[in-house]
Amino acid sequence: MIDTLRLTAEGARRLIERREVSSAELHAAYVAAAGQRDGELHAYLRLVDHDGGAGVPIALKDVISTKGVETTAGSRILEGYVPVFDATVAARCKAAGLPLIGKTNTDEFAMGSSTENSAYGCSRNPWDPTRVPGGSGGGTAAAIAGGLAPWGLGSDTGGSIKQPSALCGNVGLRPTYGTVSRYGIVAFASSLDQIGPVGKTVRDVALLYSLISGPDANDSTTVELPEPVELPSNERLDGLRIGIPTQIWDLQGIEPGVRASFEAAVETARSLGAEVGDCDLPLSFDYGMPCYYLIAPAEASSNLARYDGVRYGPRVEAPTYREMVEKTRDAGFGDEPKRRIMLGTYALSAGYYDAYYGQAQRVRTLLIREHRDALERFDVIATPTSPTVAFPIGDKASDPLAMYACDVMTIPSCLAGLPGLNVPSGLSDGLPVGLQLIGRQFGENTLFRAGHALEQALGFDGVPERLR
Amino acid sequence: MAIDRETVLRVARLARLELRPDEVDRLTGELDAILYAVSKVGELDLAGVPPTSHPLDLVNVWADDEPRHSLALDETFANARAREGDLFRVPPSHGPEVSA
Repeated sequence: MIDTLRLTAEGARRLIERREVSSAELHAAYVAAAGQRDGELHAYLRLVDHDGGAGVPIALKDVISTKGVETTAGSRILEGYVPVFDATVAARCKAAGLPLIGKTNTDEFAMGSSTENSAYGCSRNPWDPTRVPGGSGGGTAAAIAGGLAPWGLGSDTGGSIKQPSALCGNVGLRPTYGTVSRYGIVAFASSLDQIGPVGKTVRDVALLYSLISGPDANDSTTVELPEPVELPSNERLDGLRIGIPTQIWDLQGIEPGVRASFEAAVETARSLGAEVGDCDLPLSFDYGMPCYYLIAPAEASSNLARYDGVRYGPRVEAPTYREMVEKTRDAGFGDEPKRRIMLGTYALSAGYYDAYYGQAQRVRTLLIREHRDALERFDVIATPTSPTVAFPIGDKASDPLAMYACDVMTIPSCLAGLPGLNVPSGLSDGLPVGLQLIGRQFGENTLFRAGHALEQALGFDGVPERLR
Repeated sequence: MAIDRETVLRVARLARLELRPDEVDRLTGELDAILYAVSKVGELDLAGVPPTSHPLDLVNVWADDEPRHSLALDETFANARAREGDLFRVPPSHGPEVSA
């Protein structure tokens, strides 16, 4: 009997190596678990048969092109789209022998913080199915927390890996911009999009990162990692300098339970030998959100121009080309992509470009400098990942600005291109709280060491209480 | 700033979106609120600060000039709604009621 709720990817790999279980048996166990629980959780948009790989099965977010397997990015405008090639990360998973379990649900085009923007219905949080799993990668997060996958890949533009990992009690890494290929990914905002691993432990996430990272001739924004990925095994944090932005103490909307869990995690880090001090990121907290909600929609409006009913996706027939395109896009896009396309088109239009997009690009420069200065004094910056625990389905669905505020602490480092790791820090009212660790550019190994030691000391049980 | 219906319709046309009347009404209010929130970037004096287009220090990345296989035609058209020979078939660009 395979306990899919508790088995880590590393543990699964050991079972396969000892020939105690085969890859196909593992795959069948996760598909069976999905048969049992995914009616409620709706983590997967579709499941697939075992592909013959010999390794640990994996779930991929539905923005990742998979040859021969429908890929919709949670949108009607890609309904029925079957890629004729694999994204580089999907190909690397295949090459490593990791068979695909299925494609996971996402907010449409990865735009959202709850999966409520998916055209195929929202996913539910395994800790409390009346609540959201976070987003946009809520499907992957719910699958892992609910025992329907040992690990998976997500995409993160402003927090879509880190925030759902926090809300579902997973470990999730948004890697340094440029370390993982985006070839074959459904693009949202290209100066921000990153692909990254999600799992139950820091070691699993580090292992998966080592399999997918590194240069790709098909993505000219990828670079060589300056040092190989190391699987962490340290128990202490002696000498590690952790900076806490003073701004978080004045931030509106951080729940008391989140604050308490964060403070306890910082105390634990101190007890493990870390030096904790104050750092200052005033512009990041004041201007990060406005900057992001200009740059990301501007890039999205450009990236989503390709959906025109010609090369892929459904088409609404009309007498002229222009009408066909306009009707196809109106029928195919949901509310949130339309909102962002409109916002981005406006911000890029003649007469407004300098005041909005141009200004946001300059603010971004200041945010990069501010982070660089803070990370000269500290090895890692720590904040809560999300200001709240998982919120009830429907709570923020009709208020775009309230939904955008979910990412107030994840966004600034994304704009700066820096890596961020979510590590579960504990529970508040029975729901997971996440700790966000931000590192220097290419500082993933430091994040893994810090995250691993904290994970061991905090002893968080990632199995939802109602499923234990 | 105050976004009005006319602005929404103009931007929708630029974005190739045929919005329904109820969508125009809703977006007028929503875009106004969002633009008010993001216009905060205008508070800063950014004279002399260069813009950032992406966070990597990369300039002019070249691929080796070596021929590679691209997708076969049948694969290229595999997801197309309408194909005619080796072309994507679309409605005429000039119908009876053409406007600029």
